[in-house]
Amino acid sequence: MSATVNSATSSSPAPASGKGSGTGRGADVAKLYADRPHATVGRIVTAVVIVALIVWSTTGIEASGAKADSGWTVVSSILNGLVHPAPQLLFNLTPQGVPYLLVETIAIAFMGTVVGAVIAVPLAFLAATNLMPKPIAWIANFVIMAIRTVPVFVYGIMFVRVTGPGAFAGLMTMSLCSVGMVSKMFIEAIEDLDRGVIESLSAMGLNRWQQIRFGVLPQMMASFLSTAIYRFDMNLRDATILGLVGAGGIGAPLIFAMNSYRWNEAASILWGLVVLILVVEFCSTKIRNKLARG
Amino acid sequence: MAGTTATNAGSAPADEQVRGTLITLPSGTKVVKPRSYALPITLGILVFGAFCIWFTGFDPTVLAARGDEFFKILGRMVPPDWSSAGSIVDPLLDTIRMSLLGSFIGTVTAIPFAMIASTTIIHSHIVTVVMRFIFSLIRTLPTIITALVATYIFGLGTLAGTTAIALFTFSYLGKVLYEEIESVDMGPFEAMTALGASPSQAFRYAVLPAIAPSYISNALFCFEGNVRYSAILGYVGAGGLGLILNENLAWREYSTVGMILLELLLTVFVIETTSRAIRRRLE
Repeated sequence: MSATVNSATSSSPAPASGKGSGTGRGADVAKLYADRPHATVGRIVTAVVIVALIVWSTTGIEASGAKADSGWTVVSSILNGLVHPAPQLLFNLTPQGVPYLLVETIAIAFMGTVVGAVIAVPLAFLAATNLMPKPIAWIANFVIMAIRTVPVFVYGIMFVRVTGPGAFAGLMTMSLCSVGMVSKMFIEAIEDLDRGVIESLSAMGLNRWQQIRFGVLPQMMASFLSTAIYRFDMNLRDATILGLVGAGGIGAPLIFAMNSYRWNEAASILWGLVVLILVVEFCSTKIRNKLARG
Repeated sequence: MAGTTATNAGSAPADEQVRGTLITLPSGTKVVKPRSYALPITLGILVFGAFCIWFTGFDPTVLAARGDEFFKILGRMVPPDWSSAGSIVDPLLDTIRMSLLGSFIGTVTAIPFAMIASTTIIHSHIVTVVMRFIFSLIRTLPTIITALVATYIFGLGTLAGTTAIALFTFSYLGKVLYEEIESVDMGPFEAMTALGASPSQAFRYAVLPAIAPSYISNALFCFEGNVRYSAILGYVGAGGLGLILNENLAWREYSTVGMILLELLLTVFVIETTSRAIRRRLE
């Protein structure tokens, strides 16, 4: 609020400094302007810290073997590929075609979300500070952060050792990657739980299971579903990475095509992926808005 | 009507928007119990899930039989190779620099474009729709692919990673920002334009102060994610931890991998704790 008062007055110094400087309203505004919050020291310190960090971050930026001359040829051939996608890939129902790869990616992302959510539920209950003693919640939170921090392709490589290359490894990788964010959102849902409802159900004589069924589940279902749908959205985008380590999905053919400069093939795959993600995002936003309104 | 227990009055009258059953309480109040879609949704999810299981070859018995392989690799990471700690610091700092600069560039450049994309400031429908579509389009591009393209253009190194991070941050924060701008009270903005301020001046003094705290908070949140993400980008040669992580995984030097992951975990922990403290103060 004070911020808007500031900004409004700072832009109109005219009434205060104008001819009728003694009038009540002008003096009021001038007084407000003079009394506006001053945080000069804090601001200077923050600015110095930020500038120092930015300058530091530019020091290490390097592009070894900068191909200044070939850079633009690459850009033009990419653009050329994007407007001329290879049709034989786009409308081809064999396992090499874009439709098959997209369905595989959807399947990996979907099952990854489901398995991830299943793993996340117990973790989230362990990490919820309103249900668990502090040390347990703290440890569970740290475990969740550790799971979240390990880069995707590390899981990918580990799961390829377990299941062999293919969509199964990708599915398991996606599920572990989902755990971090999904359990985080679940924790928030659990911590926002209205205890009054459960208490009144217990006062009505319902047993523990009935309390969970009619008191806890209805409260959390909407946010659980919403989180899962959001994560599915994200998994669909992240699924490209799986291709790097041979864990299935659309990433591998895309990166192969790019590495061998077959831009029109890369473009067909990319267009398929972009359209799919746009459609899924549109639907998931619609559904999540509906869930949020109840 | 009064005195009876809750009676099921059958289908809802025509004026009811919500479809479901109408229940008349003993007090005479009418309540609509919305129809539950739980059964068809559950069925749909189960059928689609079964299809996905068939398609991907998901097999729990394989997990049960060979799942220990996963933990074997994990076990070999456990006494991390402390001697490699020093050589990891440099790529780690590269990763942080990459995500810091990329997040900063993305955060700053998103502001004018988000302004163009918000319907409360720009009244041309076409302009906002086009700008929004551009944001969505960039957001759909997987960061790893942008990084790969950037390495073709700029050559291998952190510049490619920075570009990819900046693009992702730009598209993500751009969307968050235009949604926030639209939720701001436009009274001060209109008052300032009425006083003769240009739209960008009015934006600077009437809208920016209102959105700044949550925008900075979102930018920090994005930065946290970017630190994690930029550890992956080295895999395609875009600089940072990913490169040595990939090398050591290929050589099966799991104890070094363990050390890299440990240092990454500590860094992420420190950055997240700091950023969360700042965000709490902003709220």
